[in-house]
Parts: sequence; C-alpha cells; structure tokens
Amino acid sequence: MAISEKRAILTKNELISMYKEMLLIRTFEEKAAEMYTRGKIGGFLHLYSGQEAVAVGFISALRPDDYVIGAYREHGQCIAKGTDPKYVMAELFGKVTGISKGKGGSMHLFDIEKGFLGGHGIVGGGMPLAVGVGLAIKYKKEDKVCICFFGDGAVNEGAFHEAMNMVALWKLPVIYVLENNLYGMGTPIYRASSIPDLIRRASCYDIEREQVDGMDVLAVRDTAERSIRLAREHSEPRFIEAITYRYRGHSVADPGQYRTKEEVEEWRKRDPIVRMEKYLKDNLFITDDDLIAIRDEVNAKVQEAVDFAESSPFPPPDALYEDVYA
Amino acid sequence: MAQTITYREALNQALREEMRRDSNILVLGEDVAAYGGAFKVTEGLLQEFGPERVIDTPISEEAIAGTGIGAAMVGLRPVVEMMTINFTTLAMDQIVNHAVKLRYMSGGQIKIPLVIRAAQAAGLQLGAQHSQNLESWYAHVPGLKVVAPSVPADAKGLLKSAIRDGNPVMFIEHEALYNAKGNVPDGEYLTPLAKAEVKRQGKDVTIISYLRTLILAMKAAEHLADLGIDAEVVDVRTLRPLDTETIVGSVRKTHRAVIVEEDWKSVGMGAEISARILEGAFDYLDAPVMRVALAEVPMPYSKPLEQLAVPSQDDIVMAVRQIMGKA
Repeated sequence: MAISEKRAILTKNELISMYKEMLLIRTFEEKAAEMYTRGKIGGFLHLYSGQEAVAVGFISALRPDDYVIGAYREHGQCIAKGTDPKYVMAELFGKVTGISKGKGGSMHLFDIEKGFLGGHGIVGGGMPLAVGVGLAIKYKKEDKVCICFFGDGAVNEGAFHEAMNMVALWKLPVIYVLENNLYGMGTPIYRASSIPDLIRRASCYDIEREQVDGMDVLAVRDTAERSIRLAREHSEPRFIEAITYRYRGHSVADPGQYRTKEEVEEWRKRDPIVRMEKYLKDNLFITDDDLIAIRDEVNAKVQEAVDFAESSPFPPPDALYEDVYA
Repeated sequence: MAQTITYREALNQALREEMRRDSNILVLGEDVAAYGGAFKVTEGLLQEFGPERVIDTPISEEAIAGTGIGAAMVGLRPVVEMMTINFTTLAMDQIVNHAVKLRYMSGGQIKIPLVIRAAQAAGLQLGAQHSQNLESWYAHVPGLKVVAPSVPADAKGLLKSAIRDGNPVMFIEHEALYNAKGNVPDGEYLTPLAKAEVKRQGKDVTIISYLRTLILAMKAAEHLADLGIDAEVVDVRTLRPLDTETIVGSVRKTHRAVIVEEDWKSVGMGAEISARILEGAFDYLDAPVMRVALAEVPMPYSKPLEQLAVPSQDDIVMAVRQIMGKA
C-alpha cells in the first residue's frame, strides 16, 4: 500500500526521527514481551506493536509544553512524548528508578515534566481529565493543546459522552484521538457498538472530526498538524479516529484467539515501520546501511533500558507510605 | 468580636475570601453560577468573579469530577460542587480511581489540590435516593481527606484549609445545617484539617460525633447535665485522617464512649472510631463502646418513619444513660 501523498512538509531529519521513534517503540515493546515471559515484568502488559504510527504521528507534531493523556496501552505515547525508555522499562520492572518510582507499572506511566499526564487504567477514565486540562489551558490563556488518546472500547463509556459534550460546549483545545484497533479486549467493534463507524459518535457533539489511516505515519502526522493547529489557534476540540491494529493480544497474557491468523497477517502487510522504511529509501535515498545503523542505535538504546532496569534497586520499604498525601 | 452567621454564609465567605486571595481557584458544578447553587452556597460568586471562575456545568457528574481533577493536575485549584453526595455515586470512578490515586501512582509527581463539596442528609423527606450519608465510603480510601463540619465557624475555617490543602478533599456539608447560626471569628482564620475538637468538657462519658448529630449531642449533653451526668463532646470534624489522639485522649479521661453518626452502623464511621478506641483505650473503659446510628434501611419518605430512622437527641440521652448504668 502506498504511503499518503497528502502530507505536511517535513525535513529529512524529521522523517528519520519519526521512523526511529516508531522503531524504538516497536523494539521496546518486543523486548518488554520477552522480559514478561522471563518473569521480570508483572501485572498486565498491553503492548502497542502495530499502532506506533498513531503515537508518533501525533506527538511529533506537538510542542514539548503540550500535554498528552493516555490510557493503559501507553508505553509508546510516553516514549514519543520524550521520556527516556530506560525510565519506562524500569517502571515495568517495578524499580525505584521507574518513571513512577515503581508505584504505577505498565498502565500508570506519568512524566509531568514532559507533559505526559498518564497512563490511566480505567476505560474512558482519562477523557474527563482532558476536559480539565483544556479548561486550565483556556483559563490561563495559554496556547497549549492536550491530546487525549483512548481506544474503541471507550466510546461506549458514559465518560466519553460527558467529556465530548463539555469540551465542545466550552470550546477547549483538546484533541481526542480514538485509536481504533478494532477490538475492545476480545470483543470486535461490531459486537459492542450499535454503529461500527465510530467517527459518527462525535457527530452529535458537533466536533470537527476526521478519520485517518493509523498505519500510515505521514497521514497521521498530516492530520495531527492540521488538528493541532486548529485547536491551538481557535481553542476548539477535534476528534480524530485513527484506524489501526494491534499485532498482539489485548495484553501479553492474551493469545488473541478471537482473531484469525489471516487477519493479523493482512494487517501486518500494512506495517507502519516497513512502509516508512520504503518511503525513506524511495524518496530520501536512505540506504540499507543507514537503516542498519538506525536499527543498531535503537537496539542499543533498548538494551541500555533493560540493563538500567535490571541493575536498578526495588523501592525501599519506606516507599510504601510515601506520596499517599501531598 | 465575632459575627453570628449561618453555616451557608460561612461557606460562602470561605469561598469568597479564598477566591480573592488566589486566582487559581475556580468554582464549578451544576447550577453554581447563575442559580447560586442548589443550596445557595455559591450565591453572588458569579457577580464578583465572573463566568470564567464560577462555571455552570451540564449535569454530568463523572465529567465534572474529572474536569476538576484534570485542572488540578496542571496547576489550578478547583472547588467542585456535586450538589448532593447521592450524585457522587456517578463520579465514584473519577474520585476513587483518579483523584485519590494519581499522586501515589505517579510516584509523587502529581498534586491534586481539589475540593469536592457535597451536601448530605436525611430528614427532608426526599426519599432513599436523596437522603444518604456516604462519608464512610470516602473515608475508606487512603489519599483522600474527608471533612465534615458541624458549626459555621468550622465550616468556614475547614473549607479554607481544604482549599489550601494539596490533596483531594471530600468536603461534606449537612443539608439541615445550612440555616443553622453560630459565631464566626472576624477576619482571616483557618481551622486545621485532621484535628478533632472537644466542643464541651466533661468527665463522665465522651460523646463523639460530627455534622448534625454533633449538634444533637451538644443538646443531649445539656439535658444529661440536668440528670447529673457530665458529658464531654468531641467533634471529629475530619473523618480522614482521623484524629485518634483527641478521641482516645478524651475516652481515657471519661472511661466511656458513645459514638453518634447519621450513616448506617454496619461498616460506618462509628465502627472505625470504636475500633480506634479499643486499640487506644481498652484498659480505660468502664463499659462497652456504644453506637447510635441510622436505621439499617434505605431512607423512607413518610415523615414519621423518616424521623424514626434518624438518630435523635433522645436516642443519644438513652444511650448515655444506658452506658452509665442509669437507664
């Protein structure tokens, strides 16, 4: 499948860095899966493999002082927002050096300094928070924006509708990004939603909306630039549905038997990283050697993250009672 | 000098004074602006502070709570009015899963300086869905502070402290107390959170309560004095963190304890306070700890039944006489 022609004007460095970021997230996630099977990581581990273009396409178009709120499949979003993967890996390991000091785990990554406002484990739970962030931005007369990522399962939550109504009513600079990976845990959309065309869910709130191929990072980036600019300049919400796919099950513990091998294979043919590789080679004369060098760099970074997590201490007993109250 | 004002006016003064002091404080909720609040606590705030700081919301409890939390995450200090505590059931996810846990789960990166105001009470013939006392639900959760003032002076001082606190605070008001008058000091003052107060000194028995039943306890204590029983009355004021020291200290002095609460006895605040007394003053007790609480039923509408369900002054007097062996 060809990559989108309709796109923002990006420099060679920007394009390479988007590629590198996607590869970093993929490599990180595959390594995390390995660490999970080796018992280094506990709890749920919801991997992002397949969806990288959504986080990278959107977040690469943000300013560092903009905000991002994620749900529980948020490792990629956190890394894309600028958190060093070693602090994410250490968090997955439950180590004190983790981004949430080992108190949050996979579903609760936070990096306030980088504007990453979590990691929320309740489906749809982050959506009302984004209303508050948008309200604060508008009240303080800042020109920041807040992107709130959520999955297709969230559109059936009351929080979705309450938040969409308020954000539209108050004209807040929030971009709600629906990462439609076609399944809410193991239930396909058509068995959970009265309308399978989820973008229509935004229509009754009169929010400007757009659908994008979430497997095409340049198309996502283009949509991101446009929606972020409009949200920033006009203080208005946007609703984007990115059609994407997760290669793995809902979490690492889920073999994903509700999907056929053929379906997964079909989607893998649209892999955002492979497509971007081809684009870089065809259009920017990036060579195989260049790509190998990038891969080596990414692999080293992920290995460094694992080594850091491995060698970091667990939180001390005193930490149990720390940060319950301010 | 002091002024005599109502509980409602005291709360209104607290909001006004704090909003004048700090422009990061916003008030939001259903009908808080143009209408002046369901119980008129926010009356006049819109006129003084404008619609950017006093914000009417749709009837969307979950999103109202979430909006408050999100705004607090990035530096504002919202005061959210949930109208009545009955409606906070719709916002439980945002309060319990988000407001309360973000600080801990983020390894201390986030502060949620958020006040959620909610009125509660039985006694107004509103039926079971509008007459609940849910303080023990919220007092159960670490990371939340739960405040419950009984008199205007504390209503004002505690609300100001709650607004300045760096944590999410569930600030519970009593619907039947809004018109109650009391002396409030002139000028700036704060009532500390997490501190109970001995509202009446006594030596024979400690009555422990908060909100409206505290007022009943004070009246019961006067009545008991006529009967020759000298009751000490402790106003808990903050239900979480609970000031065990003041409660236990009083019981160690009087050797007897009666806890009066308007929530259900099972797994209610009284159960917790009773356990703290047993842990801290078992050897000092001359009688088992007694509890006076709400009948274990959804609140009935019919007036005589409703009155029967709610603790009365007589119930308190009877409990004290029983514990004193003078029933």
